[in-house]
Amino acid sequence: MEVISARNLVKDYNGLRAVNGINFTVQRQECFGILGPNGAGKTSTVRMMFGFSPITSGELKVLGLDVSDHAREIKAQLGVVPQENNLDLDLKVLQNLLVYAGFFNIPERTARERALKLLEFFGLSDKRDAKVDHLSGGMKRRLTIARALINDPDIIILDEPTTGLDPQARHTVWQRLRQLRSRGVTLILTTHYLEEASQLCDRLIIMDHGIILDEGTPEFLVGKHVGSEVLEVGQGAGAGEMLITQFQSQIRGHLVVGDNLVLYPLNGRQLLASLQELPQQFDHYLLRPATLEDVFLKLTGRGLTV
Amino acid sequence: MISALRMDISARVFKVFRRHLTVYRRSWKVSLSFNFFEPLLYLAALGYGLGVYVQAIEGLTYIQFIAPALIASSAMFSSAYECTYGTYIRMEFQKTFQAMVATPVSMDEVSLGEILWGSYKSFLYGSVILFVILVLGLVASPWALLVPVVLLVSGLLFAAMSMIWIGLIPNIDSFNYYFSLVITPLFLFSGVFFPLSGLPAIVQSLAWASPLFHVVNLTRGLVLGDVGVHLVWDFLWLVVVAAVLIPIAIHLMRRLVIR
Ligand SMILES: Nc1ncnc2c1ncn2[C@@H]1O[C@H](COP(=O)(O)OP(=O)(O)OP(=O)(O)O)[C@@H](O)[C@H]1O
Ligand SMILES: [Mg+2]
Repeated sequence: MEVISARNLVKDYNGLRAVNGINFTVQRQECFGILGPNGAGKTSTVRMMFGFSPITSGELKVLGLDVSDHAREIKAQLGVVPQENNLDLDLKVLQNLLVYAGFFNIPERTARERALKLLEFFGLSDKRDAKVDHLSGGMKRRLTIARALINDPDIIILDEPTTGLDPQARHTVWQRLRQLRSRGVTLILTTHYLEEASQLCDRLIIMDHGIILDEGTPEFLVGKHVGSEVLEVGQGAGAGEMLITQFQSQIRGHLVVGDNLVLYPLNGRQLLASLQELPQQFDHYLLRPATLEDVFLKLTGRGLTV
Repeated sequence: MISALRMDISARVFKVFRRHLTVYRRSWKVSLSFNFFEPLLYLAALGYGLGVYVQAIEGLTYIQFIAPALIASSAMFSSAYECTYGTYIRMEFQKTFQAMVATPVSMDEVSLGEILWGSYKSFLYGSVILFVILVLGLVASPWALLVPVVLLVSGLLFAAMSMIWIGLIPNIDSFNYYFSLVITPLFLFSGVFFPLSGLPAIVQSLAWASPLFHVVNLTRGLVLGDVGVHLVWDFLWLVVVAAVLIPIAIHLMRRLVIR
């Protein structure tokens, strides 16, 4: 069953088109990723889901309701983790959750029970009376996610949940998000961390300049655009062009990223062997499994093609 | 135009108000003492200091004359500060509005909550001054019991007026201009420090357009027991202007935040 559907969704800000006619659906209980570089239109897309930003044209439905005229009902059933932390700095940790619960008309007793459970789930129990300002970046992020769960939502929207966190803090957040997903919460997640997308998302769209470049499961996208392996060659001074011409029949594509030539071989070992037989020396070779990052680089063209 | 002024308001506005109250409970002692310190300085310097050299005004000593008006001006200042700097900091730096709007609270409720909060501040600080001048023996009539009602209404008006300024010039530096070009002139020429009857007719009719002028008429009339139908007109003036300004403020804030 689909919980969110967008049809020709457009968002303009004073003449600037941030989202340019996109179509997608999110299924119940999946983790749906929106992947894209800075300015791709990820935040604009999710903001429309909770009515923070009116849609310019097209159609956007959440839980079968049109966002343009059911904002309140929709928001009552969503949890939102915005890109910028907006915890209430004037309130302490537990108070943040309780006051927020008030906005949902949750009775005080229920709110307190839930808040204490959430603090425990996110490892913040001993911080309940701390000032929000005194929390570390990772704790603030966890508190923001805890806050988004106070109304026990079926869907939670996370706009770059781990940007700016150190690797350990990031893994803690991922672990919690996986637990939520296994409890049946639908997750919508924007990110530009490829690892995050491949670790968490069942299905994703890759966006750039307001349009969707492709969509599918991480494995599908990797297989479709790159194949199973890539061969990186530290090519030094402009040997790339020559290599590409010479091995055209053995590769299905390539990309130049800085000094690195990334080849998408039909058969990795064979290509590596052929390269090593060449008279030239290269800085390094690396044959590795293809990742979402390769797909992302290829599709968004971040990296210069020879 | 009409549809732009249609508002999306429910009882959830009181949740917004309660949020402000919860925050304020943590700091009210400091902020309350600072806020009534300033009017007290005016009272001491002008009432007791300058007052010695000022002849009786309309049969009143100078301190009797200005004390009730300082209730009015402190009501103006407190909601004007709250709904410029306070509102702007919540909106722009703390992103509190963005957090509230992601819940079933609407932006219109956030804005109205700010206005109610500004009004509450006027009520609170004005009432503190009223209490102080009561203790100083400067309250002459039980009509003064109605002053808090006046404070609430004038608080709504000044809060909405201040938020209209934010809606038009959403920049923290512009608040200096708001205070020096709008609030201070109102403070000086609304009959707080001297009766306007001595001024040219044109200035007197300008004063009629000043909200503070009507608030001063009311607080002075009620505190001194000089009541009459003219006070009803002053009150109605405030109610009508507040009722016009509030939807404009809400509309401008919605336009500013929801994009
Ligand atoms: N409130 C706004 N007013 C005007 N333009 C905006 C506004 N918000 C976003 N934009 C513009 O819309 C485009 C898409 O921005 P958006 O924030 O949706 O991108 P994003 O994919 O979330 O990027 P990031 O990874 O940097 O968060 C950008 O060009 C941005 O400058
Ligand atoms: Mg963003």
